Amino acid sequence: MSADSGAQDGGAHGTYRGDGDGEETTVGEPQDAARVFVELADALVAPLDVVDFLHLLTDRSGTLLGARAAGLALADQRGSLQLMARTGEADPVAFLEQQLRSGPGHDVFTSGLAVVDVDLATVGERWPDLAGAAQAAGPGRVTAVPLRWRGAVLGSLAVLVPEQVRLSRADVAVGQAMADVATLGLLQARSTQEQAALSEQLQTALQDRIVVEQAKGVVAATTGTPIREAFRRLRRTARRRGVALTVLAADVVDGRLDEDLLDGY
Amino acid sequence: MPPVTVAGILTEIGRGDPDESELTRRLAHSCAAALPGSGVGLSLTTPDGPAGVLAATQGVGAAIEELQLTLGVGPCRDAWESGRPVLHADLLATGTARWPAFVSGAAAAGVCAVFAFPVRVGAVRLGVLDVSRTRVGELDTTELATALSYADAAVAVLVHLQAHHTVRGGRPPAVALIEDSAEVHQATGVVSVQAVVTVTQALGLLQARAYSSGRTLREVARDVLRGEMTFTRTDDGIDDR
Repeated sequence: MSADSGAQDGGAHGTYRGDGDGEETTVGEPQDAARVFVELADALVAPLDVVDFLHLLTDRSGTLLGARAAGLALADQRGSLQLMARTGEADPVAFLEQQLRSGPGHDVFTSGLAVVDVDLATVGERWPDLAGAAQAAGPGRVTAVPLRWRGAVLGSLAVLVPEQVRLSRADVAVGQAMADVATLGLLQARSTQEQAALSEQLQTALQDRIVVEQAKGVVAATTGTPIREAFRRLRRTARRRGVALTVLAADVVDGRLDEDLLDGY
Repeated sequence: MPPVTVAGILTEIGRGDPDESELTRRLAHSCAAALPGSGVGLSLTTPDGPAGVLAATQGVGAAIEELQLTLGVGPCRDAWESGRPVLHADLLATGTARWPAFVSGAAAAGVCAVFAFPVRVGAVRLGVLDVSRTRVGELDTTELATALSYADAAVAVLVHLQAHHTVRGGRPPAVALIEDSAEVHQATGVVSVQAVVTVTQALGLLQARAYSSGRTLREVARDVLRGEMTFTRTDDGIDDR
């Protein structure tokens, strides 16, 4: 974790970077968070539409943290972030987008660390390209957290709160938790869309095993050897020829017997 | 609702010793009943490809079979060629690039999703079971399990039809499960060499022997592997002893 000017606080989610002044407030009541998580959990186990879910999550994140606006972005696997869902006021839109290219969202993406509680009035100092959009957004403070999965950063969640609000450590933790739930939803949705691929893989593996058994029978009968020897020869020939066992087995059963299989040694 | 089993399906469709076409008809309809909102088609395949529709439920089931037969392309064909399930929960989205004519025809029939399951036992390729729907969406876990069970039942039925042809006279035997055991598969390979037939025919021969001797497929397979039974091609056909 890199050092930074400003308050250092080794929280569970990495370096806590902030301006360090202003009183901390915890936004929202605990039961609000509980209600939101129940709502999100319900959405996760139901048939999942990713776009819908991420929009819901972004909206609730904004509500929980008392934000003026919130934006969730995903990595496009080409090196950039794309805004997937945006909720709240209209003025901050350009800011939410630009910060993905230069700003908290971008930094979160490249470092994997949260950027916490930055005053929009000061963003121009850290990210000059962001100054114009920050101006247009109106007064406020921004916090961005990563969507992370096994060491990779899949995106970012940014919230823009009114200037008098300071997110506490607990609030940031809530924000990070929301980002984690977004990650889960994203991966879950992917996995159901990959149901076809998974089923294909499983069923094919089961069938490939059968083809190998059938091939053992063919080789055994052709060479007059026991099944176990037939299997040894199949594996040996596959290695010698540099082909997959299942491919060789399929050829064998189709009647294309590799003469190497007739070899006893 | 209790989970569908292959044995259960075979018992249900086998009641009263139905003839060939009735067996396959019942299979298709039972499958459709077990997967509400779906049309079902069962087609036969030969080494050269899909060879004809054995049975299909009225409406989308029949429409999809007809379309694939006419065009010669589609999920059914791909499932046969690759030996893998071909699952398209959103046909328009994922199938158009691959089979534009088929998808267009399917859409005209109101079909939004097609799931094609190869009916096979390893290298024994018998046919394809198609499940079609008029709405987009994956088969859930239970539905997938159901469809796969029906594909297994289709294996049993198609091998049965093959085997029954070689059993001379007498009451047709009940459709027996094809046991998924290594011995059965190995014996299939052995018999294909002994009798100089395809593995598909070999499996049929084994099942026929099981029927005529009143034993299970696995028991017959064991005899073959122990060398206690051989199938030889003679001028008159195939002898087993």
